[in-house]
Amino acid sequence: MCSLILQHIQFRLNMDSKEQSLIHPWKDEIFQIFKNGGVSQVTYVPDAGHAQVINHVWADKDMRAIPVTTEEEGVASVCGAWLGGEKAVLLMQSSGVGNCVNMFSLINNCRFPFFTIVTMRGEWAEFNQWQTPMGRVTQEAFEMMGINVLRADQPERVGEVVSAGFDAAFQGGDAVAILLSQSLIGRKKWGVK
Amino acid sequence: MNTSSSHHGEIDRRVFVKKLIEACPDALVITGLGSPSYDAYAAGDRDRNFYLWGAMGGAAAMGIGLAIAQPKESVLVITGDGEQLMGLGSLASIGAQGLKNLTIVVLDNGHYAETGMQKSHTSLGTDLASVAKACSLDWAIHVRDFSGIDEIAKHVIAKNGAGLANVFIKAEEAPKALPARDGVYIKNRFRASLGLKPF
Repeated sequence: MCSLILQHIQFRLNMDSKEQSLIHPWKDEIFQIFKNGGVSQVTYVPDAGHAQVINHVWADKDMRAIPVTTEEEGVASVCGAWLGGEKAVLLMQSSGVGNCVNMFSLINNCRFPFFTIVTMRGEWAEFNQWQTPMGRVTQEAFEMMGINVLRADQPERVGEVVSAGFDAAFQGGDAVAILLSQSLIGRKKWGVK
Repeated sequence: MNTSSSHHGEIDRRVFVKKLIEACPDALVITGLGSPSYDAYAAGDRDRNFYLWGAMGGAAAMGIGLAIAQPKESVLVITGDGEQLMGLGSLASIGAQGLKNLTIVVLDNGHYAETGMQKSHTSLGTDLASVAKACSLDWAIHVRDFSGIDEIAKHVIAKNGAGLANVFIKAEEAPKALPARDGVYIKNRFRASLGLKPF
């Protein structure tokens, strides 16, 4: 009986290990791409999926972590960084993309290089359906405003996709959004069985 | 609450902006859409002016990225009450950064001049200097006459903190003075003034 309980606990732990709090190697790859690419400013509205990168940024003496209160502020701030000669990236979750739509006109009109990484909600095992309407149209919202979208679904592909988008933005001057699929990030813990 | 459109402030916006930029001639200036962009252009076009024609609510936030990227320069955001109200959260983000070289000047006529002089929230109870203080900016002042220019310029030149000047101007429209609307041109010209090359 005791071993059954232990087995069950072990099973739950394994299940939990697939949940959102897990440290993922691909998150370190993202940080390394920023670091090697000379990013000075990391602007963000937090998301659990970005937490590992954000922690690295706060710990890095050459990078500035810039928490903003809403995502469109982040769009404006990263454009300001480029105006001043620094590379800045924006991290947000899919719900924030809708907040940015008019502010994207700044990128479009001035042709600022723009690079954002978006953690997806509302598309895979979503418990909170309030995330779904914006998650469903995240890609379209970007494309509507002239921003190219790349998506990473597999952990082993994240580094390659992020790196390709990063170079298109900061070497080619493009506006690029990387969507990180919700399946990569894992289930959010709700404590509901 | 009997603020009439003509009594929000007494300062002539065109004269104020001209004297302010003259008092801090090296500042990197970002202007909020509408009249602040016209005011800065009327004061004399400069390579170091970045005129917004849209992106409402983004002027102060743009100042964050620029001020961090150029710590040796002083960044001066000149915007209107309506534009700043749309980006109120950016004051909290500025406070969080502990910047030394960012000044926000809000030309506050208490109205949306561009759209037919509807009252804004600063005519209806909001005090932007108090908001700035509550967001932990280093200084925030009310300016009701031209004597405030020296105080603002002192901070801009000293680069001793992040601050906001709430400047009470007359609610009247000045003649339109239109800077270039080509964002790519304005961006590249601004960057070139800092020695930065295009792609």
